[in-house]
Amino acid sequence: MELLGLYNYFVFAVLLMIGLYCILARTNIIKSLIGLTIFQSAVFLLYISMDKIDGGTAPIIQEGVENQVFANPLPQVLILTAIVVGISTTALALAVTVRIKEAYGTIEEDKIQEMDREL
Amino acid sequence: MTLYDQLPALVVVVLLFTAPITYMLRLHGFPWFSATAAVVTSFLVACSLAATTITGETIIYEMGGWPAPYGIVLHIDALSALMAMLITGASSAALIFGFKSLADEVGEETAPAFFAAWLLCTAGLVGMVITGDAFNIFVFMEISSLSTYVLISAGPDRRALISTYRYIVMGTVGATFYLIGVGFLYMVTGTLNTADLAARVGQVEDIRLVLVAAGFVSVGLAIKAAIFPLHSWMPNAYTFAPNAVTVFIAAASTKVSLYVLMRVDYAIFQNSITNHDVQLTFFLVPLGVLALFAGSMLAIYEKNLKRLLAYSSVAQIGYIALGISMTSVAGLTGAIVHMFNHGLIKGGMFMAVACLALRYRTVNVANLAGAGKTMPWTMAAFVVGGLGLVGVPLTPGFISKWYLVLAALDEGWLGAMLVAVILISSLLAVIYVWKVIEVAYFAEPRANAVPVNGEAPLAMLIPTWIVVLTGIWIALDTSVTVGLASLAAKNLLGVAL
Amino acid sequence: MMTIVFSLFLLTMLVIVAVAILRTDNLFTAVMLSGIFSLIMAANFFILDAADVALTEAVIGAGISTVLFLSALALTAEHDRSPPVGTWVPLLTSSALGGVIIFATFQAPRLGDPNAIVHQHVAPWYLEKTPELIDVPNVVTAVLASFRGYDTLGEVFVVFIACIGVMSLLGRVRPRRESIEEDEFDKRTDNLRHHLIPRVVGKMLVPFIVLFGLYVQFHGDFGPGGGFQAGALIAAGVILYSLVEGGPRGRELVPEWFSSMLVALGAFTYASVGVASMAMGGRFLDYSVLSHDPIHGQHMGILIIEAGVGMTVAGVMITIFHAFSRRGIR
Repeated sequence: MELLGLYNYFVFAVLLMIGLYCILARTNIIKSLIGLTIFQSAVFLLYISMDKIDGGTAPIIQEGVENQVFANPLPQVLILTAIVVGISTTALALAVTVRIKEAYGTIEEDKIQEMDREL
Repeated sequence: MTLYDQLPALVVVVLLFTAPITYMLRLHGFPWFSATAAVVTSFLVACSLAATTITGETIIYEMGGWPAPYGIVLHIDALSALMAMLITGASSAALIFGFKSLADEVGEETAPAFFAAWLLCTAGLVGMVITGDAFNIFVFMEISSLSTYVLISAGPDRRALISTYRYIVMGTVGATFYLIGVGFLYMVTGTLNTADLAARVGQVEDIRLVLVAAGFVSVGLAIKAAIFPLHSWMPNAYTFAPNAVTVFIAAASTKVSLYVLMRVDYAIFQNSITNHDVQLTFFLVPLGVLALFAGSMLAIYEKNLKRLLAYSSVAQIGYIALGISMTSVAGLTGAIVHMFNHGLIKGGMFMAVACLALRYRTVNVANLAGAGKTMPWTMAAFVVGGLGLVGVPLTPGFISKWYLVLAALDEGWLGAMLVAVILISSLLAVIYVWKVIEVAYFAEPRANAVPVNGEAPLAMLIPTWIVVLTGIWIALDTSVTVGLASLAAKNLLGVAL
Repeated sequence: MMTIVFSLFLLTMLVIVAVAILRTDNLFTAVMLSGIFSLIMAANFFILDAADVALTEAVIGAGISTVLFLSALALTAEHDRSPPVGTWVPLLTSSALGGVIIFATFQAPRLGDPNAIVHQHVAPWYLEKTPELIDVPNVVTAVLASFRGYDTLGEVFVVFIACIGVMSLLGRVRPRRESIEEDEFDKRTDNLRHHLIPRVVGKMLVPFIVLFGLYVQFHGDFGPGGGFQAGALIAAGVILYSLVEGGPRGRELVPEWFSSMLVALGAFTYASVGVASMAMGGRFLDYSVLSHDPIHGQHMGILIIEAGVGMTVAGVMITIFHAFSRRGIR
């Protein structure tokens, strides 16, 4: 039962591994960027796993309801910020990718390196 | 609330407020002007903050009026003020210098976007050094990173694009590692305020999580600070960015990540991890030494002048890493002073390179033959900067190496070895600087060389020489920089943030 | 009990989808799978009692992110032609990373433990003091907009930079002045006008999506919601219209100059509220001084900055989408 309580963190570790592997081992730029989004999403899972409390509910205070147990609002705020930062990075990276395709004709990193070496 | 009390917030608010205005108003020549005005104002505010903190006072400013640890507070001490001065100073110098060179490389169409990004890059870096909240550091780190990507991608060569992409991937992985580290720290302490973290980390029983957090934060910041071997994004990013952009980011951006590394290590982890200093030495000393040798060797074999200077920066960051790893006042003073001095030296040298690039239309060393005669003032500035890299007396480089050697001599046999390393790497620096001097002064221009219209324009030459002369002045009158640096070092080591 | 089973199932699905993304060669499949990944992640967040975050991840991760990837895909390549991997360095690095984390998390507090330190220190203060100091039912909005408003300001500027970056990379093109025949126009641009069902249903959905977005914007104080989700929703509505009718008509609906102006105006509004606070004698972003009564000032401050956030996010998403879609017209 102890281990079940830590399952979230195991999944976080596995997703981190998969994301990092995707970034390092794939030469296609868009595949690497998808790996980057998986990598960042894994971190969101870590933070949000910290906010749960037994018997709690979303932190919205309702009139007249006493003794409510609420989940922790702070990690949620942090992850809202992190999600938006992540999509901004992705958008910028995709724009760079489109320009790379126009300039080099390919988005495979090994071919791009070859082209640059010929210079 | 007088204006004086609002200064800590103003140093970053001025930049943030001006950025949308710069982007929105599309008048001819306006973007450069508003960006420069905002950055110079921010620089003056930073100088006034430095004047306050040199007395040892620490300024705390509560954002939104909420007290720590519930709200975000700005925490400005001697070190923060010194870094803020470096960042805004480098930014202003690069902007004023770059008026002509940027007009050359960045078109009129993209100018509003470019200068808005410049303002936000400066704002992000300044925001990182003045804040006292660990997550806030991440947010401003991303502001500065994203705007740096935009600035670098404006370079004219198509290799700027692929360099930007590689930097994006490595930079995001680094920032995410930092975020994971902060997540683990939050898990064991329940707070994000740096002063509060420092107090609470010592009370944590499960040391494993703290160690892993320290590991992630260090690796993440090492990637952003271009510490060997995680430096691979840096040489190409510096080489293919527009020249004025290289001046700014070479002087400032990696130093800020080193600053955060120092803060986090000394303020937060020092209290909680036993043998912290041994571990730091074990981790940073080999990397610092490798950086010195690898960086210098790669610089010696490099044909592109900008990339040569970039590899030289990898080596110089090795010096700073060595200084950080020596947990003594002299060592940290040396590291902090070198952050500032190297900013000045490299900034000046990249400015000289930009002048050369403007006239010669190339940065390939072999094609710069005879530059010593056609552009004497520019090359003279370059030579003075090069002497600073070597560490000749009367240059700022000498001051930093002096403190590093002093600190190393206290460390026993390891220290003696480090002194030898420092001396050997200075000799290596002589080699790669001499390489350029030889081509510039003693080689004949090739027969089909492009004719050059003489010396660089005064608008570029004067800022270059101002930076170089400031460097020499700081080498002679060390009271401000060394004063702030040793105060900062004492703060880091003695009292917790 | 059911929640535990459900949550285990969803977490395992996350891993399976991630592995599938890794192994597929077709980039279109990979992008679709990443949309599914975000949606499962959003469901997970909901089970973990993070309603605002679930909404944000669903809209931004599963919605906007997928659209952006597909737009980029249309302009670049369809297949991942990576060489078969003989790379042990990435495998070693990733495994080492995962191993270190699993090793560390054995000492982590178990999920939902009420004695965990994260629930002891700062969190109870927020939950207790929000009704008294800010009087807004959604505590997450209170923390986001007021207690940690400086972070949110930084975040708005991150979004702003993304817009600046995409615009400076993918440029602006002067609008064509020649008038073309309606049929010729339809043939030249990508749209769904000749597919009847998407066209009718899509156009019917757009006003509801925008209305829901506005609801989320203003209701963010009382329920899950706020500027980020609202901006992304409204942008999603406009993007749906552009997908159905074609890029040029979408750009007639929301012109480039308008969405760019929204972007800068939103960021400027947020920074101005902070400067106004300073001008009235408080700290930067201290809303209590904006009005005669601190709580009223807080409400006003939160309303204005959330509006600024919504404007910027909507403007940025629309601008970025148009920048990508315009690049495809030759």
